[in-house]
Amino acid sequence: MAECHPVGFQWVMEAKRKGARIIHIDPRFTRTSAVADQHVALRAGSDIVFLGGIIRYILEQEKYFREYVVAYTNAATLVRDDFRDTDELDGLFSGYDPETGTYDPASWAYKGVEEYAAAGNARKPSADQSAHTDRAAGDTHGAAGAVGHGHSQTTRDETLQDPRCVLQVLKRHFARYTPEMVEQVCGVSPQDFLSVCEAVTANSGRDLTTAWVYSVGWTQHAVGVQYIRSAAIIQLLLGNMGRPGGGIMALRGHASIQGSTDIPTLFNILPGYLPMPSVDDHPDMTAYLKTVTSDTQKGYWTHAGAYTASLLKSWWGKTATSDNDYCFSYLPKISGDHGTYNTVTRMLDDQVEGYFIMGENPAVGSAHGRMQRLGMSHLKWLVVRDFQLIESATWWKDGPEVRSGELKTEDIDTEVFFLPAASHVEKDGTFTQTQRMLQWHHKAVDPPQDARSELHFMWHLGNKIRARLAESTDDRDRPLLDLTWDYGQDGTDEPSADKVLREINGWQVKPDGTPGPLLSSYTQMKDDGSTAGGCWIYTGVYADGVNQSARRKPGSQQSWVAPEWGWAWPSNRRILYNRASADPQGRPWSERKAYVWWDEEAGSWTGHDVPDFPADRAPDFRPEPGTAGPEGIAGDDPFIMQSDGKGWLFAPTGLLDGPLPAHYEPQESPIRNPLYSQQSNPTRQVLKRKDNLSNPSADAPGAQDFPYVFTTYRLTEHHTAGGMSRWLPYLSELQPQFFCEVSPALAAERGLVNGDWATIVTARSAVEARVLVTDRIRPLTVNGRTVHQVGLPYHWGQGGKGAVVEGDSANDLIGLTLDPNVHIQEAKAATCDIRPGRRPADHQVRGMVEDYISRAGITVETGNTLHEKGDQS
Amino acid sequence: MSSHSLFGPLDPAVDAGWEQAPGRKGFLTDTSVCIGCKACEVACKEWNAIPSDLGDGITGESYDNTSALGANTWRHVAFVEQSTPPAPAAPPAVDLGMPTLRAPDADAKPEFRWLMSSDVCKHCTHAACLDVCPTGSLFRTEFGTVVVQDDICNGCGYCVPACPYGVIERRAEAPGDKTKNAGIAQKCTLCYDRISDGDLPACAKACPTESIMFGDVDELRERGQQRVAELQEQGVTGARMYGDDPHDGVGGTGAMFLLLDEPEVYGMPPDPVVTTRDLPRMWKRAGLAAAGLAAGAALSLLGGS
Repeated sequence: MAECHPVGFQWVMEAKRKGARIIHIDPRFTRTSAVADQHVALRAGSDIVFLGGIIRYILEQEKYFREYVVAYTNAATLVRDDFRDTDELDGLFSGYDPETGTYDPASWAYKGVEEYAAAGNARKPSADQSAHTDRAAGDTHGAAGAVGHGHSQTTRDETLQDPRCVLQVLKRHFARYTPEMVEQVCGVSPQDFLSVCEAVTANSGRDLTTAWVYSVGWTQHAVGVQYIRSAAIIQLLLGNMGRPGGGIMALRGHASIQGSTDIPTLFNILPGYLPMPSVDDHPDMTAYLKTVTSDTQKGYWTHAGAYTASLLKSWWGKTATSDNDYCFSYLPKISGDHGTYNTVTRMLDDQVEGYFIMGENPAVGSAHGRMQRLGMSHLKWLVVRDFQLIESATWWKDGPEVRSGELKTEDIDTEVFFLPAASHVEKDGTFTQTQRMLQWHHKAVDPPQDARSELHFMWHLGNKIRARLAESTDDRDRPLLDLTWDYGQDGTDEPSADKVLREINGWQVKPDGTPGPLLSSYTQMKDDGSTAGGCWIYTGVYADGVNQSARRKPGSQQSWVAPEWGWAWPSNRRILYNRASADPQGRPWSERKAYVWWDEEAGSWTGHDVPDFPADRAPDFRPEPGTAGPEGIAGDDPFIMQSDGKGWLFAPTGLLDGPLPAHYEPQESPIRNPLYSQQSNPTRQVLKRKDNLSNPSADAPGAQDFPYVFTTYRLTEHHTAGGMSRWLPYLSELQPQFFCEVSPALAAERGLVNGDWATIVTARSAVEARVLVTDRIRPLTVNGRTVHQVGLPYHWGQGGKGAVVEGDSANDLIGLTLDPNVHIQEAKAATCDIRPGRRPADHQVRGMVEDYISRAGITVETGNTLHEKGDQS
Repeated sequence: MSSHSLFGPLDPAVDAGWEQAPGRKGFLTDTSVCIGCKACEVACKEWNAIPSDLGDGITGESYDNTSALGANTWRHVAFVEQSTPPAPAAPPAVDLGMPTLRAPDADAKPEFRWLMSSDVCKHCTHAACLDVCPTGSLFRTEFGTVVVQDDICNGCGYCVPACPYGVIERRAEAPGDKTKNAGIAQKCTLCYDRISDGDLPACAKACPTESIMFGDVDELRERGQQRVAELQEQGVTGARMYGDDPHDGVGGTGAMFLLLDEPEVYGMPPDPVVTTRDLPRMWKRAGLAAAGLAAGAALSLLGGS
């Protein structure tokens, strides 16, 4: 965190001054470790064992916050009798189909909801795509998780004794995640591990809370979603959710990544985490809503119809009416995985014509840079918008493949357009940070020369396309022509970001179809076309006609929660699910941790924050069993967006790789999985291609050619792929060169010399880096043998115009294997070889890689077996 | 307090003849909260328009690619990777009447440390650079800081060997480039232009963890000493102040440091002495010698007549 988020880290240092204990768990010793009370080095890719070990410790030692766990989580809820866990099936959950590498999640459901199972969760694979990329995976669900059919009425055993209750399932599941297993898999000593367990549990309860903070590298694994689930289980067991000082904080790689999922740049969701409709399943809005929510579940997702209708009204205005399903048919539909990596493979297969790159640098920043660059060479056109002529804009004349002679500039047909972009100080708009807080930034200076904002570009592009289509009578052009697109300001060609924010907030629709008063809350949204709003969770950001995100009242002039600084969704709540900060009777768990509570006299919830609960819902309120929607939320159901009102220790629906986290080794690993016969995630998305080979793992033939683990990361001095730092002399001089970090022991083993060069090789590429020999990287003893790790910052690239520094790109080393839920690449744990000296000349690098591939006997099948047959399966 | 003294405690601004000086200003750099982000280095360069200094790739010295203070580096963050056990406890600095130290908790002690510290010109009470400057380019400001006037400096370079910390340096001319102020002596001004307007120095403003503090030297000294006591109390036995003693060889410094180990570990001299300290004595001796020589010569002339 100090390394990548030094400004945010000031608050950690402030907490430390006040006595907080800082524990840092990371394969390398970073600037964070330097000021932490304890640094725990573990093997990259082994985190679920570490976290699972903590869960086991909490359960075995009975350290969980029992009152919280019983009332607020699904610990007491019973799971179906036919659910079988990984401990019984040697690393598989029940429902696995080895043919397709997918699960039928029916048996993971809660007991008593069998009759709803037919409604189904997982979408059928569509037929029009190649076998290994067509799984729609997490595209199925919005943030609602999945539909919780029947969850308004679950079967619970609040004594937590029933062997089918979630807590007992958890106990059995994590029983094998012992301190000895942690030592064996992670390379962490039992003493270090237990001291973390003791610190975390001692610092949780009525009077204390523990926070977990992760950076997005945690998600970049073939089991990335389950990493975060593991942390969620710990926090729920310890009562650290919905309470001040608790929670799980995701530190993002860019300034507004939270914003770009709220109002998504992702292919599979619409604004406000509504799922993207699909070609196969959603002919109309009724069919769509049936897969978004259910009339037999609790909570606010049952109002998804109002959110969807309001979204459509904001986009298509007067044209969207009840007669035409509010133009639902205008929405683009997905037919499978259209994620970034699938798109790249489709480019390579000549199925993609054009590509927009805005504020990204995939030639350097995305996994498998070679596939990225070669993919782009198959495009007809490419638009790059950035501050600088980054490598993704110039690969066609100076990229590694052009340098090596593999590509010839004159043979590349891609037409590349570069449009200079304005920076955040050169335009109005909002950032949404990880606390879900929107902060408005005012334009301070005009952008230089031709640089323009993204908003300017998109608005004018829309205007131009619409002008061209103006005379069209083709139905397919209606969605563009009927779009509300009036963001202009008189006397200027710059569109108004303020108008966009107003549209996002939403308004009452006047009888004549024009915008009426602005909405102040999403609870005002209707499904009858009388309201419009571009993102339901953002409704209220323009409450009372005031841009609430532009508020900057100093902290000294308001309460410690600081509700008048910016605006947080939903409804300016600073902590989600904060009903959990009070006990089941509505009293603060302790005075020290008082946050929101039930005011008996006033008959309402009150406190320091906006209560995240129906304001007048008494703690002892119990709905008629089976009552759906917000009315079904009991007075002790803090998790009001969950279909049963409870925090999910066990996810009965919504995930594709299991209801609980299980440890699987990364696609490339130095060891066999000691926990199960199943080596790697049996549902991971493998891309079997000649240009995407994997190194052999563990004891497989050829694994000895790639004996080391490597991981990639960022340095304080640079920003991601370098577009915002390698062009700046003052930053570049601070970290001028690509380097690799190795331990003195590995340096001795391989003859690496501090300051000299080394070459790092995988089945994808070979790159050269200067060597930094450091005690900050330690060899670990894993499964009885020494495992060396190589650390690689990934900020450098070759090419680009005007970069102050350049170098080989660490991401060229990484192959594409994806998490099934969200298609994120496994970029943080893989294997490599490292040798002293520089790599061969550009035109000989492929030869070196090919030698490794043939020596190790690698084929497209290597490492890509989904189901490993164990003794018991 | 003697006037125009070359060592010992004094108020340098008053000593330099400022009437109604606003009080001595300086830095306290608390390295115990430094996270090595180098924001100070960048902010300093941005504000003072210092040329970039892209070297020959990485230095191989941990994450430090700047290496030392110099003409183009007025703030420098040192990165010290320390695998050996921490140094023995610091000698008791100033007795604040705090409770006695408890034994350090062996479990809480990291066996490996990565020390970071942002170094800067010390703005000495007795600044040899200033004392030896023949042009008056280096002067003592009303804040008690030491500043080079680059339009007066003639580049003689006397100040460079005079500095006991190796801070001040003449700017080399980059080949094929129009270097600003080439040949002119360069160092931290403690952002004279900013503090004159009531702003924080650029480095202190940019520091996210308040490792770099700016303020009245007396207050900072006290704050630092309290923090040392606090850290000692927590078992950080190596914590100590550096530059806070008005009786040291430079009369104490305007830029003080809270270090976690011996100064040498961070590349700082353990016992700096103003190089002009012995000047009066030297002049006296030289004078005596000259007088003796003159007398001898006279005698010889007399004797020869």
